[in-house]
Amino acid sequence: MTAATAGSVELPLRVRFAMFFRLLALQGSWNYETLNGTGIGFAMEPALRYLPGGIDGPAYRAALARESRYFNTHPYLAGIAVGALVRAELDGVEPARIERFRTALAGPLGSVGDRLVWASWLPFCSVVAIGVYGIGGSPIAVVGTFLLLYNAGHILLRAWGLRIGLSRGLNVASALGNPMLRQGPEYIGCAAALVAGVALPLALQRVAGPDRALLGGIIATALVGILLLARLREHAEGWRIALGVLAVFVLYSVLT
Amino acid sequence: MSLLEALPIALLGALLGLDVVSFPQSMISRPIVAATLAGAFIGHPPAGLLIGVVLEMIALDTLPFGASRYPEWGSAGVVGGALFAAQPPGMPGALPASLLAALLTASISGWSMVVLRRVIAARLEQTRDRIEEGSRDALLSLHLSGMSLDLLRGALVTVTAMLIFAPLVRAIVAVWGSDSAPSRAVVVVIAAMVAGGALWKVFHSVRHVLWFFLAGLLVWITLVLTR
Repeated sequence: MTAATAGSVELPLRVRFAMFFRLLALQGSWNYETLNGTGIGFAMEPALRYLPGGIDGPAYRAALARESRYFNTHPYLAGIAVGALVRAELDGVEPARIERFRTALAGPLGSVGDRLVWASWLPFCSVVAIGVYGIGGSPIAVVGTFLLLYNAGHILLRAWGLRIGLSRGLNVASALGNPMLRQGPEYIGCAAALVAGVALPLALQRVAGPDRALLGGIIATALVGILLLARLREHAEGWRIALGVLAVFVLYSVLT
Repeated sequence: MSLLEALPIALLGALLGLDVVSFPQSMISRPIVAATLAGAFIGHPPAGLLIGVVLEMIALDTLPFGASRYPEWGSAGVVGGALFAAQPPGMPGALPASLLAALLTASISGWSMVVLRRVIAARLEQTRDRIEEGSRDALLSLHLSGMSLDLLRGALVTVTAMLIFAPLVRAIVAVWGSDSAPSRAVVVVIAAMVAGGALWKVFHSVRHVLWFFLAGLLVWITLVLTR
């Protein structure tokens, strides 16, 4: 094991790959105490071996303990934090400064990631896949489109985050000003709405069958339901309503 | 369905359940993928895809934000896809009954994730001192056991759901009293309503979003009229 004495350490490619692979398992020990914290330590561990004294040294143990404490971030953007923290640890930045940096970085990464990935990219990829089904796509076409499209964004985002974190260290905050992160959700939202306008009716048409009169009735009823749910917004969970309505319908159909 | 028959489906449910949070979050756990794969396991991927699309529309309502509690769609998608694909084609009650089973599984599986997170927190408490000392072994053990337990959780949820719901769905389908068209229509209305409401909830703050949606609808109307 190579152990650096001080200053900047250039991590071998296999260590970067190990960190990237471990980032995919970042939430393996997610819990209500430390949230992502232990996962951050887990992902950083291969790089921390390059601290002075190596795996048995006090620097390694202190850093691993520090980095495994409470942390909350979006898993796909965790690479930014992991990369930046690795760089800080290897550069010998004082622990108090690292702690402050951890605290400051967690919130923004979480909210930016939630907006970009969970509230934009995932729904967009879903409606695209639903659209492929609507135009008559085969199971392979639908599943393939969804997985390729979604994971192109997913993998690129994770890889970019780790690279930018490792290269910028504690100066990584400016990366959060990247246009992709700031304006991406807006553009993806517009694209998702456009695609949804075509994709949802096409898919509903395929599920319901060719009867146009029935489809008209379905769309009219669904629009009323959408308006109702849109008004209720945060006060009602659509999937719970779906579960309730479906349960009543199943019961009715069994008893009649 | 016997335990032996349910085991391959349970294995699929375990792997896709793991994808939801633990590894690798590549969204193979989304119902549109999970149900299709389960349908393929049963030998009827188009049936799996059909219920997968319906579940995907409903799943749009529950995006996995941070520490929020949400239904677990990986195992649920597998259960829904396997149940629906196993029914004889053309049975009017097959889709609503399988969908109901999948939604119930998603709810229960979501609760099982909360239990798992508490179990991991309890294990963390036991090893906290060693982790605070920087023990690599303690950290790796906690992390890998968390992932193993998640895998086990997915398998248990899937196999239990299959053993309960497979005979139940078959029985419901056998005595189903509604016609085929209204049975499908109810499912489609529910899916459309939830998907539309969910997309509005997510995108309502985006500028001009309604116009983009209406433009999409216009494209659809044009497609329908010119077909």
